[in-house]
Amino acid sequence: MKKYISTGKKDTRSGFGVGLLELGKKNENVMALCADLTGSLKMNAFEDTFPERFIQTGISEANMIGIAAGLTIGGKIPFTGTFANFSTARVMDQIRQSVAYSGKNVKIAASHAGLTLGEDGATHQSLEDIGMIRMLPHMTVVVPCDYNQTRLATIAVGEMVGPVYLRFGRPSWDIFTPAEDPTFQLGKAQVMTEGTDVTIIACGHMVWLSLQAAEQLEAEGISAEVINMHTIKPLDEAAIVASARKTGCVVTAEEHNRYGGLGDAVAQVLGRQLPTPQEYVAVNDTFGESGTPMELMKKYGLDTPDIVAAAKRVVGRK
Amino acid sequence: MKKIDSIEELQKMAAQVRRDIVRMVYRVQSGHPGGSLGCADFLTTLYFKVLNHDPANFTMDGKDQDLFFLSNGHISPVWYSVLARSGYFPVEELNTFRFLNSRLQGHPATEEGLPGVRVASGSLGQGMSVAIGAAYAKKLNQDPNLVYTLHGDGELNEGQIWEAALFAPHHKIDNLISVIDRNSQQIDGPTEKVLAMGDIGAKFAAFGWQVISMDGHDLQNIIDTLARAKSMTGQGKPIAIIMHTEMGKGVDYMEGTHEWHGKPPTEPLFERAMAQLPETLGDF
Repeated sequence: MKKYISTGKKDTRSGFGVGLLELGKKNENVMALCADLTGSLKMNAFEDTFPERFIQTGISEANMIGIAAGLTIGGKIPFTGTFANFSTARVMDQIRQSVAYSGKNVKIAASHAGLTLGEDGATHQSLEDIGMIRMLPHMTVVVPCDYNQTRLATIAVGEMVGPVYLRFGRPSWDIFTPAEDPTFQLGKAQVMTEGTDVTIIACGHMVWLSLQAAEQLEAEGISAEVINMHTIKPLDEAAIVASARKTGCVVTAEEHNRYGGLGDAVAQVLGRQLPTPQEYVAVNDTFGESGTPMELMKKYGLDTPDIVAAAKRVVGRK
Repeated sequence: MKKIDSIEELQKMAAQVRRDIVRMVYRVQSGHPGGSLGCADFLTTLYFKVLNHDPANFTMDGKDQDLFFLSNGHISPVWYSVLARSGYFPVEELNTFRFLNSRLQGHPATEEGLPGVRVASGSLGQGMSVAIGAAYAKKLNQDPNLVYTLHGDGELNEGQIWEAALFAPHHKIDNLISVIDRNSQQIDGPTEKVLAMGDIGAKFAAFGWQVISMDGHDLQNIIDTLARAKSMTGQGKPIAIIMHTEMGKGVDYMEGTHEWHGKPPTEPLFERAMAQLPETLGDF
């Protein structure tokens, strides 16, 4: 089994900040908007380099989404930046009407997603965003797995035409994908490890934990195929079906409520094309709470041992 | 586009637009005639006399043209009539309003590619933000043309409007002219009874806008006020025009009441309306 080594730790939001700056240097139409969280979103470098292309909206997310939609009419490529909850739930109707239904080329950059936001607690821990945005026609939903991939994903979504939801996080997280990665393409799943007994499909921070789980499973004689599903919409259905056909069972792992997210997206594909036993590693329809990121991942069943246990359960159901 | 310069010709156009509105809504037995009739004079004047635009060659970016955003999307009948009659799409297409497979959706949309529409509206309160974004882009693109918006007074209940109202002066969006249709009616009743808006002009002024008022049924006053508003652009502040209108203007039983906000007339009432609205330029 292919082994992945952590080459260090960085927050995925910093990958966004670096990618945004690079994109801004490549394309003068790229703009950034922020609702009073510039530092948290790591948008300072862009703001400092391109002050005339940075818009501080103040704490008014609905207005920010609308302005972004309007900027696209003049050919701009705006990235909005705020926390995942304020990027989705708070502005769902603005995204729905002014962005998605209107087919506007807005890039919604959402940081601090999931439980790993940590100590701020449930008000700020978005566990529903993937589901909400995935339901909107025309939207692309991207959840990169580490710092390097978040940088690449930021550049990639800026270079495609169409509205995008780009989800990333706050904590320092292991880096295990290369800085330049020709295998990373929007809409195309990455098979991280090939395996024969169980497929683990993960997104975001859960990919690294899934790779750890695969190593533990290998030691116990279970061969796991780990798939990084960084693009949740449009979903690489062929990759899901091909792997499920090979292994005969699937675990999905996401930092999200078990309803509406990656797990449900995968289940829908399998149900239609290849009914396959599936186990969810996800938050069990509850709100989070304050705590350190890893304390929360453990308490809410999203840690490596939870993925290992789910894999064993699903192998037993074959 | 060839502009209409004489008041008399503008009046003829506005009369035909009113007739279009009632015929469209009656035909499909659905839609919002009241606010549409109230804004017929303004939108006719804007599209046929004021806007710098090229209806025959619609582009999404509207480069080197003025832009208009209808934020209170439910008055789509008046907008569609004005768009069609100024040449964005065939006048016959007004027949399809709100029917299946039409580009003329109940509320304006871009999904079907209707020329003249640049963003969907209908869910209220979003158009000012979008217009600000478009105006901001015009500045960055060094395009000196202007951005106009129209809002209902009831729509101002929405919080997003005030987010946008706060933003525009702070960021010196001075190429934006926002018109508020002060007809004092909304679906559930008089605005001052549903949720009092009070002195709307004072509210915008307090937010840092330049505020002027206009009689929305006096074509000369509309022309003069829009010219004045245009002369106030480029001075670091957006412009709000409080436009006084009567909901349902032109059809006696629809005037001054919220009853016809979103209701089509029955056949006898339709005939009564037709008798009051002369066919000046040919029906669709």
